[in-house]
Amino acid sequence: MKIMVAVKRVVDYAVKIRVKADKSGVETSNVKMSMNPFCEIAVEEALRIRESGAASEVVAVSVGPAQCADTLRTALAMGADRAIHVDSGALAPLLPLSVAKILKALAETERPGLMILGKQAIDDDCNQTGQMVAGLLKWPQGTFASKVLLDKEKQVATVEREVDGGLETLSLDLPAVITTDLRLNQPRYATLPNIMKAKSKVIKKVSLEELNVEIKSDLEVVQVTEPPKRKAGVILSSVDELIDKLKNEARVL
Amino acid sequence: MVAAMMSRALRNRSISSFSALVSRFISTLVLAEHEGGLVKPSSLSAVEAAGVVCKEKSISVLLAGSGPRLQEAASHAASCHPLISQVLVAEADILKHPLAEAWAKLIQLVQQKDGYSYIMAASSSFGKNILPRAAALLDVSPVTDVVEISEPRLFVRPIYAGNALCTVRYTGSDPCMMTIRSTSFPISSISNDSKAGAAPISQVDLSTFSEETLGKSRWLKLASQDSERPDLGNAHVVVTGGRGLKSADNFKLLEKLAEKLGAAVGATRAAVDAGFVPNELQVGQTGKIVAPDLYIAFGVSGAIQHLAGMRDSKVIVAVNKDADAPIFQVADYGLVADLFDVLPEMLEKLPEK
Repeated sequence: MKIMVAVKRVVDYAVKIRVKADKSGVETSNVKMSMNPFCEIAVEEALRIRESGAASEVVAVSVGPAQCADTLRTALAMGADRAIHVDSGALAPLLPLSVAKILKALAETERPGLMILGKQAIDDDCNQTGQMVAGLLKWPQGTFASKVLLDKEKQVATVEREVDGGLETLSLDLPAVITTDLRLNQPRYATLPNIMKAKSKVIKKVSLEELNVEIKSDLEVVQVTEPPKRKAGVILSSVDELIDKLKNEARVL
Repeated sequence: MVAAMMSRALRNRSISSFSALVSRFISTLVLAEHEGGLVKPSSLSAVEAAGVVCKEKSISVLLAGSGPRLQEAASHAASCHPLISQVLVAEADILKHPLAEAWAKLIQLVQQKDGYSYIMAASSSFGKNILPRAAALLDVSPVTDVVEISEPRLFVRPIYAGNALCTVRYTGSDPCMMTIRSTSFPISSISNDSKAGAAPISQVDLSTFSEETLGKSRWLKLASQDSERPDLGNAHVVVTGGRGLKSADNFKLLEKLAEKLGAAVGATRAAVDAGFVPNELQVGQTGKIVAPDLYIAFGVSGAIQHLAGMRDSKVIVAVNKDADAPIFQVADYGLVADLFDVLPEMLEKLPEK
């Protein structure tokens, strides 16, 4: 069985972002970019499944401009076997629906038994792509997974999900789509020898035209602004003062 | 270029006014969760949000499941909110648990029959799991985590862990689909059992409800933590512990304080990862978003990802030994002190609720 993992290049999670002065978006030039943390967890999970013998190949895919190749190289250095880069060229970041359609088209040619994605990208915070690609492929979905068990014989995945009230367990027939939550695993670091090895692995480039996917833009970004600043607070000296302030000034007690 | 934009703007306007004319009286569908025979408060927040776009004050609520609890929830939905004009009930065994495959199909079915202009749900794990799948089936782009509806198709939503606000316009065809952040749409108009205003309840015809995807997933179990504390997402007061709490045992101190304040207990990712508390208590970009009247953080440094989940709280109090901790930049009141000194003192000195 083959596992397809979708990875996204985003502004590094530790960067304090800056909104552009013209309100057109967030400054991304000369900013450290990395693989989306949830995608790292997805790659790690795919590798672990392959290492357990339940899968034979891990294919990493990314949709975006030329620099996405770096992100794919990271996935290859972690241990993915090969990669596919769908070059979206100058098109602004594609909407999750378009990415889902691209992933569907890739899944139809690659025929993976499992597709793993992060539950959300930390830039757009959409939390949509996995659910959408599952819907388009008519595959079952296991979102916000904190535990995945694969039964190779029965072709079934048991997925423990992080839901509001606790943990929910589902059983999914393969092929299926799984999206990762933070607690699924601890992603490995790429070692230097593996980084070297990754340089000889193949990244296949695919254009949007080849996939014949209709790119929709039914959402228009009107502006991006900074959130309202909070009023500066005060440092108090004692618990008594705090209780007094909460009672008499903030009136929340 | 300008002319093209103008004509597009005009076209959009004429399309939306046209659809308002031809659409049926009821044009907003709210996907609702229910528990113990009641519609969940987060779903009622979605009804509030629907009230912003649906000027005719007519909103349909869709409930699904099976058994007597579903019927109880339906009567609750029918009378709990003046904006609700119709309750749709889908009763089937496959809908007993909120499986995305069945729910998405159900939404597609209801949409094809009734043609709603808007479909909304709360940004709970239920809404986030189901709504995007349904949107893909209907070939529209959904909007996640709406915090403000400026115009019927103009929304504000946080991006980059709440460090930027993005205003988006939906320009596609109906339905316009979104999940809303419950804390941004507080429930204002609860009517208690006003029988006169009870909305009609009708059953969704599920005779055509069959598809090959439905059997591909099975619900096995739900492991939930029983807690007497108020629900984290809706609590008026939240007390949160971070890595500084040092152990699960010490979290009991926090629970005592929560009990005294009638508060819910939250945690940072560090505290969850260290195993002090279960992960459904995590507050932040990838956990729960809260906006209580009072948020008290003990031993929380204030990472970007944590602030994303609580920065809209009305009053923020931080207790931390480290005077340079970023949490003090958002706190209204700060105490630079050892939380193990402050917690017992607060427990002792706080007035009884």
